[in-house]
Amino acid sequence: MQKHLKPLRVIISLFFLITASLIFIDFREFFSESFISGFLSLQFAPSVMRFIHILGISFFGFLFILLLTALFGRVYCSTICPLGIFQDVISWISKKVRRKKRPYSYSPPRNKLRYSLLAVTVIFLLFGSVLALNLLDPYSNFGRFFTYFAKPVAVWVNNNLTGIVGGYTLYRVSIPPIPWQTAVFPALMLVLVVGLSYKYGRLYCNTICPVGTFLGLISKYSLFRIRIGEKCTGCAHCVRVCKSSCIDFKTKGIDFTRCVNCMNCLRVCEAVRYRYSGAPALQRVSVSSEANEKTDKSKRQFLLMVVASLLGLKSIASAANSRQTTTNRARRRNQGDEPEMSRESTIPENRQNPVSPPGSVSIEKFNKSCTACGLCVSECPGHVLQPSFMEYGLIGFMQPHMDFRSGFCNFDCTKCGEICPTGAIQPLTVEKKHRTQTGVAIFIQENCIVFVDHTDCGACSEHCPTRAVDMVPFTGNLHIPEVTENICIGCGACEYACPVEPYKAIYVEGNPRHELADRPEHEKLEQPDTEDFPF
Amino acid sequence: MKRREFIRKSVGAGIVGSALTFTGYNKLFGSAVSDSESPYDLVAVRGGEPDIMFDRAIDALGGLERFIKKGQTVVLKPNMSWDVPPERGANTHPGLMSHIVKKCLEAGASRVYAFDNTCDNWVRSYRNSGVEDAVNDAGGRVLPANTEDYFKEVEVEKGKRLTRAKVHELLLDSDVYINIPVLKHHGATGITITLKNLMGVVWDRRYWHNNDLQQCIADFGTWYRKPDLNIVDAYRVMMRNGPRGVSVDDLVEMKALIASTDMVAADAASASLFGTEPSEVGHIKIAHEMGVGNMNLEELSIHRISV
Repeated sequence: MQKHLKPLRVIISLFFLITASLIFIDFREFFSESFISGFLSLQFAPSVMRFIHILGISFFGFLFILLLTALFGRVYCSTICPLGIFQDVISWISKKVRRKKRPYSYSPPRNKLRYSLLAVTVIFLLFGSVLALNLLDPYSNFGRFFTYFAKPVAVWVNNNLTGIVGGYTLYRVSIPPIPWQTAVFPALMLVLVVGLSYKYGRLYCNTICPVGTFLGLISKYSLFRIRIGEKCTGCAHCVRVCKSSCIDFKTKGIDFTRCVNCMNCLRVCEAVRYRYSGAPALQRVSVSSEANEKTDKSKRQFLLMVVASLLGLKSIASAANSRQTTTNRARRRNQGDEPEMSRESTIPENRQNPVSPPGSVSIEKFNKSCTACGLCVSECPGHVLQPSFMEYGLIGFMQPHMDFRSGFCNFDCTKCGEICPTGAIQPLTVEKKHRTQTGVAIFIQENCIVFVDHTDCGACSEHCPTRAVDMVPFTGNLHIPEVTENICIGCGACEYACPVEPYKAIYVEGNPRHELADRPEHEKLEQPDTEDFPF
Repeated sequence: MKRREFIRKSVGAGIVGSALTFTGYNKLFGSAVSDSESPYDLVAVRGGEPDIMFDRAIDALGGLERFIKKGQTVVLKPNMSWDVPPERGANTHPGLMSHIVKKCLEAGASRVYAFDNTCDNWVRSYRNSGVEDAVNDAGGRVLPANTEDYFKEVEVEKGKRLTRAKVHELLLDSDVYINIPVLKHHGATGITITLKNLMGVVWDRRYWHNNDLQQCIADFGTWYRKPDLNIVDAYRVMMRNGPRGVSVDDLVEMKALIASTDMVAADAASASLFGTEPSEVGHIKIAHEMGVGNMNLEELSIHRISV
């Protein structure tokens, strides 16, 4: 019976992987907010962040995973964690593609490295920084891979298909490019994760991933564990299929801290079975001197592998960057901002604070709780949320900020708060969103077309949903923007719409702590009582 | 991928898409709007519901059949630029839109399309303006205008500041082109009606703002492919805080509709309704001077209808 657990595990895991992938590349807003937030509530690290920062609201996901781990071990890693399943897919491809078939073999744990990384993550969290978790969390890394790399590919395919299919069966989509400086790290991680899983199965999960290491501490004592029974004939088939390299055949011991419950061993051998561990004594893995030697060697190999893949990617990354810059420039030219036609603005915007998403309460709080998975970046209908580089400083690396060059915040939209799995962006009602002041617009008259060219413009005021940016009489028939700060909510529609380059004539200064904006009040207009024609 | 949606859209629209490719040929034979059949340059209606006012205006102009020949494709350009509900009056009245689609189909149109290059997020603007459902349910179809690929570069020969523009391919492919703006206050141009509404058929709007907006609006009015008919929705009129508006308090119920083949005349009459002297609106004045149309209402034959 237990033989069939593996196919079942594969089916469930593929559901999680495919759904998570689709959510992150969803460029047509197919998934509802409630589905997304429900589906992702099982992701461990975001759920923990939710638990820490908004105690009481839907942290069941992480408790459920803990319970599951206490019962059966690291089921999360092989069934729910999208990065884990993603690696399984890579390993599977590797098995099909590589000419030289290399079965897995036992390797000793890299305890120093994995426990150090877990310790660093925990210490960072204790000191109120989520940075280490951001960099290492499997769910967030997966999210970035798909938001930064898979989604643009999907959009590219969609747009080309649209051309081929013709007509309007499909429609084209445009998304702003992810800033290359920010994309370098996820790109390196992608190479690392793919490289390690291509060659070594679940080495990433058992060496680098802090979630895996943490769950490993619990799974060591789990109630039901895989054991090699008496029927064992010593063929070592289980060892050769073990992606975690955690079956030590010499001692017939399984390192439960590293077993991800992939169930490959169950599939190939009847002697290997889940068993209830009545006396949960620690199954120690004996490490012989031979193994020690092996450790050193593989440690070196491991480091080499990491360094090589990092170096390998640098050139690819820089090539990609230069390409991106040209397309940016081309795009700007196409939008008609040709320098020979319009004068360039002269005064740089002087933004002191970045603008954090509505619902993030304050920059400080946001920086402490966002794991930078990129979900809101991918789902933001206004394309205003973009991963930051150093806008928040190192502490907020890759966390989204409102980038008014790529879009502006839709007045009635509350999507990011509804889907954020970490609670870093809290859900707002539309009424509350309308008054959440994330920043305040600042007008630079000397850059403004009306001031410089003495022609009408008003693009900023046109887009303003609260009329905080209004057009007031200037000279002659002209009108010039004026900002009423107390009703400005910092949505950035004005900054986005402002046509001057290279510096905008109006920009949003972020509020370190979001404020409550006043409601725009206007008296009701008198209704006309005439039905005559004035002409 | 969103398979269900994909299938739904494919089935619903595959036919439409393929039909579009043939419309270019129709253009060679179609597009013959004869000016002889209506005694009026402009029809103004007041006091009715949008659909009734439309019917009265079109009857006075000689019927929709004068503009649409059997089998022709029609493209409508409403204003659905803003992600606000219909009662805010920032977008063309959905009831008017659905009625016009029906009437176009009754007049023999093979297909009726509508699009707008929106200011707010296009999916939400189409949906929340109510225009998407109004058009689709009436048998027409809204089409995307959200990426540059849908726009083709054309020359604006008589333009002073705007000499080239990228316009939506539907304008080039469709036989009949009907402009259906909503009359509104506008912070930048004072007022927005037919000429200004055409900013939603081009891709590169920033250029206009950057290069004398009022002149560019008038320039684009000189482009050869002018709307065959302009219907101004002045049922609910935003009198301040335009073009997006802040609340329903910005509106008055004017219950009016203007119809004309002349954009400048339609703008002049609408401006008067709004309470603005047409010659004080930059782009109307310039367009008049450039010969796009006539803003001197006293020189036009106007039919006034009170419902």
